[in-house]
Amino acid sequence: MRPPPDPGSLAAVLAAAGQIILGKERQLRLALACLLARGHLLIEDLPGVGKTTLAHTLARLLGLEFQRVQFTSDMLPADILGISVFDRDGGEFRFHPGPIFTQVVLADEINRATPKAQSALLEAMEERQVTVEGATRPLPQPFFVIATQNPAYQIGTFPLPESQLDRFLMRIELGYPDRAAERALLEGRDRRMLLAEIRPLMTPEALLAEQQRAAALHVAPALLDYVQALAAHTRSAPEWRAGLSPRAGLGLVAAARAWALLTGRDHVLPEDVQAVLSAVAAHRLAAAGDARNADEIGRALIEAVPLP
Amino acid sequence: MARKPEILHPLTPAQTWWLLATGIAAFAPLAPQVPWWLAAATAGAFVWRAALAWRRQPLPTRWVLVFVTIACTAGVLFQYRTLFGQQAGVALLVVFMALKQLEARAPRDGLAVVLLAYFLTLTQFFENQSLPAAATTLAAALTATAALASLVDAQLRPLRLLRLAAVMLAQAAPFMLILFVLFPRVSGPLWGLPKDAHSSLTGLSDDMQPGTINRLIRSDAIAFRVAFDGAVPPKREMYWRGPVLTVLDGRTWRPGGKSAAADLPYRPLADSPAYAYTVTLEPHNKPWLFGLEFPVTLPPDAFATSDFQLHARKPVRERRRYALRSQTEVAYFKENHHVLAAALQLPDDLNPRTVLLGNSLREGRPTDYQRLQRALDFMRSQRFVYTLQPPLMGEHVADEFLFDHQRGFCEHFSAAFVVLMRAAGVPARVVTGYQGGERNPVDDTWVIRQSDAHAWTEVWLEQSGWVRVDPTAVSVPARIEQNLAAAMPAGEPLPWLARADFRWLRELRYRWWAVNNAWNQWVLGYDPQRQRELLERLGMHAPDWRKMGIALAAFAGLVLLALAGWLLWRRPRPDPAERQWRKAARRLARRGLARHAWEGPQDYAARVAAKLPAAAADIRAIAALYAGLRYGNAPADSLATSLATLRRRVAAFRP
Repeated sequence: MRPPPDPGSLAAVLAAAGQIILGKERQLRLALACLLARGHLLIEDLPGVGKTTLAHTLARLLGLEFQRVQFTSDMLPADILGISVFDRDGGEFRFHPGPIFTQVVLADEINRATPKAQSALLEAMEERQVTVEGATRPLPQPFFVIATQNPAYQIGTFPLPESQLDRFLMRIELGYPDRAAERALLEGRDRRMLLAEIRPLMTPEALLAEQQRAAALHVAPALLDYVQALAAHTRSAPEWRAGLSPRAGLGLVAAARAWALLTGRDHVLPEDVQAVLSAVAAHRLAAAGDARNADEIGRALIEAVPLP
Repeated sequence: MARKPEILHPLTPAQTWWLLATGIAAFAPLAPQVPWWLAAATAGAFVWRAALAWRRQPLPTRWVLVFVTIACTAGVLFQYRTLFGQQAGVALLVVFMALKQLEARAPRDGLAVVLLAYFLTLTQFFENQSLPAAATTLAAALTATAALASLVDAQLRPLRLLRLAAVMLAQAAPFMLILFVLFPRVSGPLWGLPKDAHSSLTGLSDDMQPGTINRLIRSDAIAFRVAFDGAVPPKREMYWRGPVLTVLDGRTWRPGGKSAAADLPYRPLADSPAYAYTVTLEPHNKPWLFGLEFPVTLPPDAFATSDFQLHARKPVRERRRYALRSQTEVAYFKENHHVLAAALQLPDDLNPRTVLLGNSLREGRPTDYQRLQRALDFMRSQRFVYTLQPPLMGEHVADEFLFDHQRGFCEHFSAAFVVLMRAAGVPARVVTGYQGGERNPVDDTWVIRQSDAHAWTEVWLEQSGWVRVDPTAVSVPARIEQNLAAAMPAGEPLPWLARADFRWLRELRYRWWAVNNAWNQWVLGYDPQRQRELLERLGMHAPDWRKMGIALAAFAGLVLLALAGWLLWRRPRPDPAERQWRKAARRLARRGLARHAWEGPQDYAARVAAKLPAAAADIRAIAALYAGLRYGNAPADSLATSLATLRRRVAAFRP
């Protein structure tokens, strides 16, 4: 076997992020894989477990422009996309770009906004461009949305419909830190100060190159058989009302490729698919009514489908 | 009203059309069996559903359907006076199946339609077990199975669905055969039939009025089939004896008071020709059996009457098969004088001219044989016309026939001749039955139809006993020696099957009869007795239901095994790397470390390495080789080397 390609600075990014977000290696790796697979990330958890910190850390380490949008219930699409204002000096309307014109958007508490505002963001995510007042403006490259949402049972939320959840490649949950990590957190310095000290470890160009490497990773027919078997199972098993869509299947392959790249392999193994499965599949299946958490759903799905 | 829950996967148009086709295929054969208004309502429901599907309109509201359902149920109740029982039940299910189509929104509803259709398809066998009925059942089962498949996968094209259904039915065929041959048979139908179920069956009745046989002759229905074993008598000698009528009551002939004879009342003459044959009698709801004159053996469960009729113990309500031997000449024992006296009775004041003619035959004190000859001379001398459309006759049927119109058919000939003979003092009686038949050259059986119904006479001569005299044959020889068509005056409408033209049609018909006959003999006639015979011939000693049950289970198991073996054989073969990997996993399974079906190579290797540190290096190397071969991106020329290495390592792997 050939030696694995050098992951280069991706490993360094992960290591540095691990210094800030303690005890969440898997979630960090998933978030980075999501970015490498050109997907958007949804982080769902209680307030205060480090969702914003995670988004911020990744943006800083990758050297990306970062904007944060706090979603509220009185928010309008123009607050995200931007607005044309009449310029008295020039005698014409000038477009003031909204916070979405950046490389990493942190859409905080996305489910507190009304569906109208949500859909403005979600359309931009899909098209990677924004149309305001008839003019289409491309978004920067790379473009990456990290949205956070509070669990749906919290007061004052507008849950994202299935069709919009599907736009997110992954949904991850951070969860409470374990005992040791929490102790280290309490003993350590303020995370905000640590964040301010972070030096970028990559350039946006390097990130784009890594994204291309991930997309070119070898996927064997046997692995595609496996992905298809997983999708077919969700479509026929009675426990879910709707199975995984073809878009979910594409996302699963892309995410598994990114995961394999992070592992430093030049081909994708079933283990890579299994590693990203709960993050990629659970929110699409859970949307169809399932009380279990994402990892339980992923586990059950993995154990129900033999490797072909 | 509560909001209707939204259906996640409503029926697609293709599924709707399949369900409609299923419903129609199941309903069509039943249409003649249900009342006309119900058939119309069912057809209307189908048309309604098709129109809605065509225009993509929504289904009717629940209240409309509830109203129609109640109306149809009330109609069935009114028609049959019950909602239960076979006929009312089938009628109700037919209309419910059609109405279910109008509320089928989800595949689950479609399932109900398909299951109902499967059941309804079977119910047509209550009425009709013919070969066409079996064919329509097959078509309906095929449609229903295809509809079922479309409910599971709405994407499949119609031809693909039909092929799938055909394959599934074909796979079921061996089980059908095994069940058919080995399932313990019970005699008689499994279901209880209502009393009137046989009222529509046709056949000879036990009385005769002018017109009785005339009506029968117009029917092409088969009365019975005969397969001769060896010699076949000439067609003009084929008199199939049925009810014997002695008593003339006004215009109506009735049987005399007959008694069951313990044994045959005659004995065969040693040198007379003998014929062995098997009769397959269609049900006719009367107890008599037909045999060539004169049967010298008795079928099981039958007896002979004093006037030489074969009688079953019960009315023949199912197709019945019996073997007989007949001889054309028999010797009589002395006839009972009551019987002879009854054979001389004539009603007073009827047919005065015939009585006068009969009395005139006695002039010169001739023997009874001479009187018979004189009467036959009279019949020959007149110009009688054989016609199925005789003029209306009044009270004195014999008089009017013999002297006024001289037009009639066998009924008139035989009745008038018996009156004449009785007036001449010779005991005589009418015998009804069938004459002749048609040979099917395809399978060499004889088909005797209702249109072969005939009436002839018997006279008692001191020296010879009862002698058959067929006045029709004497007066119009063509009727017996050729056929009905030849005997009739030109221009008279003939029963359809008696026409001589359409040679190719006749050919086709012969083939069809032969197929039908085989179906009757081998499928419908497969009764407990035949089953026993067949199983004994196949080597099962004294078969009973236990042995049949064991054989049934054994054969069904064998077929299942064969099918399973075939499926295994067809399964795609794993590639060589996969096979080596499974081999290694099997070795580890013996150490209690079986691979989970879903476990990838790296995870498995890591788990094994943790549990069995001694094998860690080996399993890691094997897993890496396997993963590289199966999922990797290695150039093609290195694959063979990798595979060889993997083989070597797996062969040497002894965990």
